[in-house]
Amino acid sequence: MTNVIEQLGASAVMRIQEMGRMLLFVLSAFAWLVRPPFRFHQIMKQLHFIGYRSTFVVVLTAGFTGMVLALQGYYSLRKFGAEGVLGSAVALSMIRELGPVLAALMVTARAGSAMTAEIGIMRITEQIDALDTMAINPLQYLIAPKLVAGVIGVPLLVAIFDVVGIYGGSLVGVDLLGVSEGAYWSSIESAVEWKDVYGGILKSISFGLIVSSVCCYKGFYTRQSAEGLGRATTEAVVLSSVLILVWDYFLTSVLL
Amino acid sequence: MIRLIGVEKELGGQPVLQGIDLSIPVGKLTTIIGRSGEGKSVLLKHMIGLMQPDRGEVWVGDVEISRLSGTRLNDVRKRFAMLFQGAALFDSLSVFENVAFPLREKLRMKGPAVARRVEEKLEEVGLTGMGHKFPAELSGGMRKRAGLARALVMEPEIILFDEPTTGLDPLMAKSIHDLIITMHRRFGFTAVMVSHEIPEIFAISDWVAMIRKGKIAAMATAAEFQRTTDPDIHEFISVGGTVALPGLLVG
Repeated sequence: MTNVIEQLGASAVMRIQEMGRMLLFVLSAFAWLVRPPFRFHQIMKQLHFIGYRSTFVVVLTAGFTGMVLALQGYYSLRKFGAEGVLGSAVALSMIRELGPVLAALMVTARAGSAMTAEIGIMRITEQIDALDTMAINPLQYLIAPKLVAGVIGVPLLVAIFDVVGIYGGSLVGVDLLGVSEGAYWSSIESAVEWKDVYGGILKSISFGLIVSSVCCYKGFYTRQSAEGLGRATTEAVVLSSVLILVWDYFLTSVLL
Repeated sequence: MIRLIGVEKELGGQPVLQGIDLSIPVGKLTTIIGRSGEGKSVLLKHMIGLMQPDRGEVWVGDVEISRLSGTRLNDVRKRFAMLFQGAALFDSLSVFENVAFPLREKLRMKGPAVARRVEEKLEEVGLTGMGHKFPAELSGGMRKRAGLARALVMEPEIILFDEPTTGLDPLMAKSIHDLIITMHRRFGFTAVMVSHEIPEIFAISDWVAMIRKGKIAAMATAAEFQRTTDPDIHEFISVGGTVALPGLLVG
């Protein structure tokens, strides 16, 4: 019994230590960001990878999410004769929750795993050591641009997600199920408030930071083997996803 | 130029370096040999600050680097270049961009000056016309040559070679050794090489040092090393086919 408690305790301490190391890792990377040389080109390159190249999967997810939300919402609201507020139901769900969370999860699956793998391979093949030997700080060159790109890119993707999702809902609700087009859009206008929008923005910025931080950290400290790389990539995706959902709850409870 | 004094290092709870005392002669090619797992690469990484000793000192010139970090360590590293075992070329960059990388990132050079210097280095290592290729398209020997070109492009004072011929066939390994010695004679940098290639290293090295059980067992000129009377060292260097009899000069 004592052994079980000891192991649980040791595991908990290890997790807390790792969180602390991760935080120091992120803070160091941001500290290097404000020191010259400034690598604007690197940030743009990462923004292209994390942001632009995730657009297709985000649009696809958003479209079908909006459509299924409208489908489910219509039949639930029809029981109360409230089909007219379908627009606001879709829009508020998208802007407050589904947009930030699902967009961040898609970015984690696509770009986050790729970041972990890329940095992990660089670690295993000594490319990161090569940067060190050239007196180029790997946090400044490799990590900081990815963190910035995550913080900028994810909110932009969430905005695209929200718009596409709402239009997807309109496609099903208005065009397929016969909800009044005027009612759909006017219910959005009356229900959606600025606090819903900035809540979504705040979430998306923090989710972008979570995804890029966790995935970069896991790649940077990959163990020197193929198994280690595989484990790092899996852990990065799982930890990012869990942290997104947990942080979403806490942020929502604060914002509401 | 490089001195290690009483350097000790443990990895994974196991003692690897157990009191290394070593001085690397300036302008010479020193090769470090030893059995697998003795800590040769670990020793090399201490010289450039990629690892820090648990105890002891590492001096580069008149700067003690074992507790340095950040900008001060980077200032010391500007004197170095390193050729890693796998060349450590950046996968996403072409050979040209890899060799140009230190020029662009450290010296902030641009334009035709970069191209001139890169083409010159590629020619010196026998990779003319290969600048457009990516590391995945190169053979092992070509990757090492590209890595050497990148190491040479900043004209460093000190170059560290971590098993530069591992994984290469004998002919390719000889060509890499020939290239290293040619570059060393032309540019006069201080070279420290970790290698298993016995007896070839005796032909190209000025000095040879052997690690045994975490300490430097012997260090001498290549010729003197082959005349060793230590039975353990004699057995180690004999395995490669060098018949090192006391009092006899081989090669």
